[in-house]
Amino acid sequence: MIANQQTTEADSKAIVKVEGLTKTYDGKFKAVDGVSFEIEEGEIFGFLGPNGAGKSTTINMLTTLVAPSSGRAIVCGYDVHKQATEVRRNVGIVPQDYTADEDMTGMANILLCADLYGIPRSDSKPHAEELLKLVELQDAAKRKVKTYSGGMRRRLEIACGLINYPRLLFLDEPTLGLDVQTRAAVWKYIRMLKTEFHMTLFLTTHYLEEADSLCDRIAIIDHGHIIKLGTPEELKEGIGGDVIVVGVKEAEPDISSEISKIPLVKEVKKNGNDYRIKAEMGEEASPQIMDLIRSKGLHVTKISLTKPSLDEAYLELTGRTLREEESNKWAAMSQRVTMARARS
Amino acid sequence: MDSSKPVEDGLTRTATIQETALKPESTAAPRGLPKLDRSPVHGLWALTMRDLRKWYTNPYQLIISLIQPIVWLGIFGKALNFSSFIPASEVQSIFGTSSYFSFLSVGMLASIILFTAAFSGMSVVFDRRFGFLNKAMSTPVSRGVIVVSKVLQSGIRSLIQSGMVLVIAIVLGMDTSHFTGQGLVGAFSLLFLMGFALSSLFVTLALKSSNWQTQMAIINLLNLPLLFASNALFPVKIMPTWLQYVVKFNPISYAIDGARQLLLGSPGTNSLLVDFGVIATFAVLLTGAGIVMSWKLLTK
Repeated sequence: MIANQQTTEADSKAIVKVEGLTKTYDGKFKAVDGVSFEIEEGEIFGFLGPNGAGKSTTINMLTTLVAPSSGRAIVCGYDVHKQATEVRRNVGIVPQDYTADEDMTGMANILLCADLYGIPRSDSKPHAEELLKLVELQDAAKRKVKTYSGGMRRRLEIACGLINYPRLLFLDEPTLGLDVQTRAAVWKYIRMLKTEFHMTLFLTTHYLEEADSLCDRIAIIDHGHIIKLGTPEELKEGIGGDVIVVGVKEAEPDISSEISKIPLVKEVKKNGNDYRIKAEMGEEASPQIMDLIRSKGLHVTKISLTKPSLDEAYLELTGRTLREEESNKWAAMSQRVTMARARS
Repeated sequence: MDSSKPVEDGLTRTATIQETALKPESTAAPRGLPKLDRSPVHGLWALTMRDLRKWYTNPYQLIISLIQPIVWLGIFGKALNFSSFIPASEVQSIFGTSSYFSFLSVGMLASIILFTAAFSGMSVVFDRRFGFLNKAMSTPVSRGVIVVSKVLQSGIRSLIQSGMVLVIAIVLGMDTSHFTGQGLVGAFSLLFLMGFALSSLFVTLALKSSNWQTQMAIINLLNLPLLFASNALFPVKIMPTWLQYVVKFNPISYAIDGARQLLLGSPGTNSLLVDFGVIATFAVLLTGAGIVMSWKLLTK
């Protein structure tokens, strides 16, 4: 009922609405400090930040595992604090830790998850088989999880997270410690869930590359605050332009001042035969630059276009100092265990 | 790749549910959407069986757990051969049965339950450490069910183990002349209630803990005092007065007292009604406390 009211609200396509969400530990340490954002139905939303930035705490609050100290979060139309059980029914979770029972088979683990959601076996059995096929584990379904590699375990966690037909899937550091092949497979599943099944995905990561290639929108979070929120392109543009390097056969005349008159160009430097140009929207700017050079009767010998990496944006925003782990020792240990198992 | 076809089938239904979930006006039951069991105790049996299956598929654990009572019975029970220097009528009046061995046998039935219950908290600690507890907590299963499943699996295990100890005791010479069907059922009901109560206690103590060393320390701290300060090993009436008071407050004594009456025809310290009443109250209170505490303590 409540879900219906929520989804028919004219203004809201948001599946997650967060207002001033805060988590304070021991009355002092603010792991998450007044975070507000919305996630739209069908998008991949990423939380990017260094270790201890508050990513996992936020995900734990949104999945009802941790009670917020203040603020409000509505997930799938339900309040995470007051309607926790309904939130749990509607979302899927792929946690950072490996949570499968090692003494049970992959299949038994999924079926147990289904039982905990109250899904009857008549439905969960065929669905579990479908999901194991999806994550390419059908051949290992009857093997005990302790014989699985790290990548297989991660895929099993993804299958478990999908057993309750979630509208929204949370993935906490989904590729932490995985090899390149498994990471590519996990990315493939994530994209498939969005494009073919219109699922909304929320993922946390500290890999910039991952956020850049997967997410529709990214929130960069640090010290419990969202410091920037936008599409990967917006975040990159925020740190000033693409770099175009053009080599010209003739060192003279110097046409720097003419190039800098092109509206998209922000800065030109001449270095011998090369012009190093900073520009917005490099793809559009570079043909204009080429045309200008040719119209002066000069010959272009080479051209290169470099987009700013998200790394630059990220380091610009979060600073370059190394982080001490400020999370508690159990969290740190659990992460070590996860990493160790991922590499097995 | 060839695997793309079944993959598509795999999530078509998910997509269907997605769409129906987004369109509240489609009130017709969405195709393929399973009817969920929303009862507050759903998942209890699934969680209980998960632990039980681990136990019975690992015979070593079962065998090792039986070694201790065998040692107690076969060596300790046989060594304290009071019948060799005390007249039979005296033995009967002190122990309420024909031999110390039979007296100790019932104590051992309770002892193995105490030890099994004590370790029930460990499985909570391991589930927390290995992440399974977080998984369970992120599902709609109620917190109380998680606790009760731990208590229930321990209760069932201890019941089966104490049944095995009874068989061992009979083989080693326990007096069976007073056994009746009702007596056996009554005695094991008492022992099950005791196992349920003690498991609730130890599970509740473990709810917040992710440290198995602490948990081991708690087990060692409570286990032997609870055993020694009870009527499991020796009759209450030969103990010093102060210890008799302690034994009186130890709920284990009531289960053993009742079980001795039902299995050995011993006169008993309390009436059976009192024994059952105390143990049942104890079980209800501790399980209730465990469930209430779980709402607060079962968090990440």
